[in-house]
Amino acid sequence: MNAEVRQIKTNAELALAQAYSAEKARLPGDRKVVALRDAAAARFDALGLPHRRVEEWKYTDLRALIREAKPIAGAPNAAGKARAKDAGKVIGDMDARRVVFVDGTFVPELSDLANLSPGLTIRSMAQALAEGDALVADRLGKVMPADGEGVIALNTALMRDGAVIHVAKGATLERPIHLVFAATGDKAASVFTRSLVVIEQGARAMVVESHDASAGHQVNTALELVVGDNAHVDHIKITSGPSDLVHVSSLMAAIGANARFNDFAFNIGGGVVRNQTFVRFDGEGTHAGLRGASLLKGKQHIDSTLVVDHQAGGCQSREVFAAVLDDESRGVFQGKIVVRQRAQKTDARMMTRALLLSDEAEADNKPELEIFADDVQCGHGATSGALDEGLKFYLMARGIPEPEAEALLVQAFVGEAIEGIEHAGLRDALMEQVVGWLRSRGS
Amino acid sequence: MLEVKNLHVTVDGKQILKGLDLTVNKGEVHAIMGPNGSGKSTLAYVMAGKPGYEATEGQILLDGEDILAMQSDERAAKGLFLAFQYPLEIPGVATMTFLRTALNAQRKKRGEPELSTPEFLKLVREAAAKLEIDMEMLRRGVNVGFSGGEKKRNEILQMALLQPRLCVLDETDSGLDIDALKIVSDGVNRLRSPDRAMVVITHYQRLLDHIVPDVVHVLSAGRIVKTGGKELALELEASGYAQFQGEAALAP
Repeated sequence: MNAEVRQIKTNAELALAQAYSAEKARLPGDRKVVALRDAAAARFDALGLPHRRVEEWKYTDLRALIREAKPIAGAPNAAGKARAKDAGKVIGDMDARRVVFVDGTFVPELSDLANLSPGLTIRSMAQALAEGDALVADRLGKVMPADGEGVIALNTALMRDGAVIHVAKGATLERPIHLVFAATGDKAASVFTRSLVVIEQGARAMVVESHDASAGHQVNTALELVVGDNAHVDHIKITSGPSDLVHVSSLMAAIGANARFNDFAFNIGGGVVRNQTFVRFDGEGTHAGLRGASLLKGKQHIDSTLVVDHQAGGCQSREVFAAVLDDESRGVFQGKIVVRQRAQKTDARMMTRALLLSDEAEADNKPELEIFADDVQCGHGATSGALDEGLKFYLMARGIPEPEAEALLVQAFVGEAIEGIEHAGLRDALMEQVVGWLRSRGS
Repeated sequence: MLEVKNLHVTVDGKQILKGLDLTVNKGEVHAIMGPNGSGKSTLAYVMAGKPGYEATEGQILLDGEDILAMQSDERAAKGLFLAFQYPLEIPGVATMTFLRTALNAQRKKRGEPELSTPEFLKLVREAAAKLEIDMEMLRRGVNVGFSGGEKKRNEILQMALLQPRLCVLDETDSGLDIDALKIVSDGVNRLRSPDRAMVVITHYQRLLDHIVPDVVHVLSAGRIVKTGGKELALELEASGYAQFQGEAALAP
């Protein structure tokens, strides 16, 4: 079927295929899950790691970036768990229900699953897979077809654990859920987590994911999210980690009719971070905000890739992404809005802005609109530039020293994107992170 | 307090100020008038240290200390304040944050303690009330969504809070209607004091009806070509600048 001549497999690809054969028997799941894993492994075998000749990955050549695949992470030891106690502090004093995963494995003693509010179910993906959980059997791998994505296929083959969250029809969660993913192992490892979140009709929920790592791990995390009709869901993902961390994340979201969906991705660390988000509008009258902010320094590479598929009419989507780039960092934004023929009255707007703090930093922007309907409003814009010298002079003329003037302007720039988060406490916590980042930049 | 000596300034390689001399003593208000393009705003900007305004010769002494080598923020901490002709908008930086950061940065540089939140709020509230500025506006981004008059009032508010020793007002009357002009001038007049000097730059005599100067200078082609009392402003209003443009042209 595919006429493309396959390249010779890289060492990393061979190691990952071997890891699957070796781990397969130990990975959770019944015969159906094994069939799902096998099919995904075969797909990965055919696709390999994405590389620059795959259009969606042209700026983030994973095949070149992952020369060597790290061994699959084992169950966390006591030291690793102890280190994970402080993980997720990034959300500040926001009150949330913590669900903790260390090196990709659910840790019940660090998690708070007591007194779940009516309509809320939370369990570990490993347990759900092992026990043939009906929700997982029904939905996993089916929210969004991802046959062409090598990294998602790899995730499906090797997924070990993650969260399975169900919020019943009409239920409102007063407390946000905080999924804490901490890779605290001393030795660099490959971590595969997979989560499924289903928010039924008319329900209200907020889910925050924070990802942190202690070493040069290779993290491949995926989340499938179903937002029911009239539901209201906030999803925030925060990624940090050392400069040798490779973090690849896939969000696959299907949104029903008359729903509200607010997604925010905050990136403040990691060597190579790829956040890919696939959102599909299945019902009319839905409003979605897909936003993000990234702060990069050193040689960091952060790639935000977004595909928004308007399959139903009368929906509104707003995409706002801001990146602050220092040193020799590189920020990539690829945003694609697809408006199907039946999706009349779609209103979609995408805006990306890059602030370059150094001459060596690079911002790549690739917005795309694919419109098949004739009665729509769609637009995109992209800007990139240095700090405004005029504004800096105005601040300095009032007695504010140059580093503080720059910090104020950067905070203002990022703040505009962070305004998109509804939770005031989380907004403040993330602004604190921005202030900390700026302080470390000065020193 | 202020001594400008033989100041030569180039902007984009073009010479704008060509040997300007000016002395302003404590407690005095000097007006600098002149036709468009004479170098009025250049004088204001070079005093505040705007990038791109290069002093190639001469000195600007503030209490005997040459400020030309100083960064803009150091000049401000020494007591220099420039009220901008076109105040800039800074989306995302609340005016309150801006005011507090500026005030505390100056205090810190002078070795004074930072103000507590209640002390700061009290100061702002009093100053804003006198200038008829709604506190709600100060919670928004600096000058964002402000009318021309509101921006100018905000400049005077900053001046009132920072309590500079030398105020330079660049075309503060531009874009103001009569009511706003009155509020702004009253704000400036309240700040007149025996310890403070002011340099009021303006194209029109109108502002000087409200802020009455002790000395009036005429700037033309990069130099002060005439100095006199407040009556000089009225003379100019009647006869225009044409005569001085001739004088400047004759100068070597």
